[in-house]
Amino acid sequence: MSRTISEKILNGDAGEIVEREVDYVMVNDVTGVPAFEALEEIGTPPILEKIVVIEDHYVPNKDIASAMQAKRLRDYVRKYNIKHYYPVEKGGVCHQLMIEEGFAAPGRLIIGADSHTCSYGALGAFATGVGSTEAGAAMASGEIWFRVPGTQKITVEGTLPKFVMGKDIILTLIGDIGVDGSLYAAHEFYGSAIRALNLSDRITISNMAIEAGGKAGIIPPDDKVFSYLDNRVIGSYKPVYADEGAQYADTFEYDAGSLVPMVAKPFLPSNTSPASELGGTAVDQAYLGSCTNGRIEDLRVAAQILKGRRVHRDTRMIVVPATRDVYMRALDEGLIKAFIEAGAYISGQTCGACLGGYMGVLAEGERCVSSTNRNFIGRMGHKDSEVYLASPATVAASAVTGHITDPNDLD
Amino acid sequence: MAKFKGRVWRFGDNVDTDQIIPAEYLTTGNPAELAEHAFAKVRPNFPSEVRKGDIIVGGCNFGSGSSREHAPRALMGAGISCVVAGSFARIFYRNSINIGLPLIQCVVDVEDGAVLEVDTDNGIILDADSGKEYGFSPLPAFLQELFDAGGLVNYVKRKMGV
Ligand code: SF4
Repeated sequence: MSRTISEKILNGDAGEIVEREVDYVMVNDVTGVPAFEALEEIGTPPILEKIVVIEDHYVPNKDIASAMQAKRLRDYVRKYNIKHYYPVEKGGVCHQLMIEEGFAAPGRLIIGADSHTCSYGALGAFATGVGSTEAGAAMASGEIWFRVPGTQKITVEGTLPKFVMGKDIILTLIGDIGVDGSLYAAHEFYGSAIRALNLSDRITISNMAIEAGGKAGIIPPDDKVFSYLDNRVIGSYKPVYADEGAQYADTFEYDAGSLVPMVAKPFLPSNTSPASELGGTAVDQAYLGSCTNGRIEDLRVAAQILKGRRVHRDTRMIVVPATRDVYMRALDEGLIKAFIEAGAYISGQTCGACLGGYMGVLAEGERCVSSTNRNFIGRMGHKDSEVYLASPATVAASAVTGHITDPNDLD
Repeated sequence: MAKFKGRVWRFGDNVDTDQIIPAEYLTTGNPAELAEHAFAKVRPNFPSEVRKGDIIVGGCNFGSGSSREHAPRALMGAGISCVVAGSFARIFYRNSINIGLPLIQCVVDVEDGAVLEVDTDNGIILDADSGKEYGFSPLPAFLQELFDAGGLVNYVKRKMGV
């Protein structure tokens, strides 16, 4: 019987409901406390080696309520002596950290109480977001139920034009299939353009599977993944590939050469237009960060564009390295200095304003071009503020001109 | 295994979890506290006007976006008896079944304020005003078992023998 990667990792056929043991269960400072409450209600000891706790959403504590919540989480961490625990100063945005710290690896089955857990599909894992109660249940029992998803096969062949990034590929796909175009389904990506991407751009693509309603966004692992994991991965792993003749629910094919820098306008990630068509759209804020595009590769692209230029006087640019490691590398490479010199503001590693938390919340009527993944009503602040999703290159180019700009159009 | 009768709050397609409970209120997991801010940005009158037993009717892809279980918790805290929608986003679907909020997948053509009678045993929704009936499929057997156990925590306890 021929199977897709998801069917093989979950060991079931599309549509079947199975209960499977997971390799890791991750919670953050928003979802963690309710998960530990569920664990306590079940009343058995947690399976410590599977549990990862990461603070990133509202830490360093943004107000008293978030301080209380973070404190309760830390109390649970101490009570159970959680060994995979990352306070914000040692970590950063949970998904990037799960990858950097070697939890994510090919063939693994990972759940996280955060919807962008699907990011680890870029390494060939089946990884998906769940709720707090089930994260708590998995801490106790080590397993969880899944409905095995059907798989959509997406192939991108050819060479990407200059300044077209992974973000533009996934925004193009979501624009075409819609925010529920992959409901209950998994993605599998193929093609020479995908193979040519660095791991960072692949993570961006897998990260946004959920924005099409998807359950997982999987890219078959190759040498780039294996060498990234050398001296990093915890334990051993076994790559899983689709069988010859596996059944796909849909297939989509793209010519990489025809793709352009894309922007998703409010209030849905599927509401896309080429950046070049939005030149009249002035932006109050340009935001570079998040699990989608807060990696060193993203910062390099943006810093390159900002070099010798300045952030527009009517726009504020905020740069938030996703993790401590990204921040240190950006320091070593002189990127932080380049951002500050160009007039940008730098924050420590956190989810920050991606979810309207803090560090860049939008006022009524304000507009932000953002390298994040969601542009829902009020996502980054006031209900009458707007978020335009774009690649790091487009965010940096727009910061320079003060309006949405295709990076190829900068002089 | 239940019957609900309630007043309808009508929503459109793609109601995301940021709409159901905006991120700034995610500093508690308590259903009653969350309910005070349900739909705060898009239907500010919801928290004060919702009544126990009311029914939410949405279009397609209800509950899209973040994994926050705070969304179904807020609706339960508000006293919502069930959510009827053309389709549900997957994490919202899981969360609701796991914590015991009934979800019914069915396309229903009603306005705000209509009264629906939902019979989950027989898979029928009745529009009390027009008399129109809609049929829907039951949950898959496994999910029904989980729901009937009283949600995931009880199911896991039983399975682990604790
Ligand atoms: S960076 Fe944004 S999308 Fe990513 S985990 Fe944090 S809040 Fe969620």
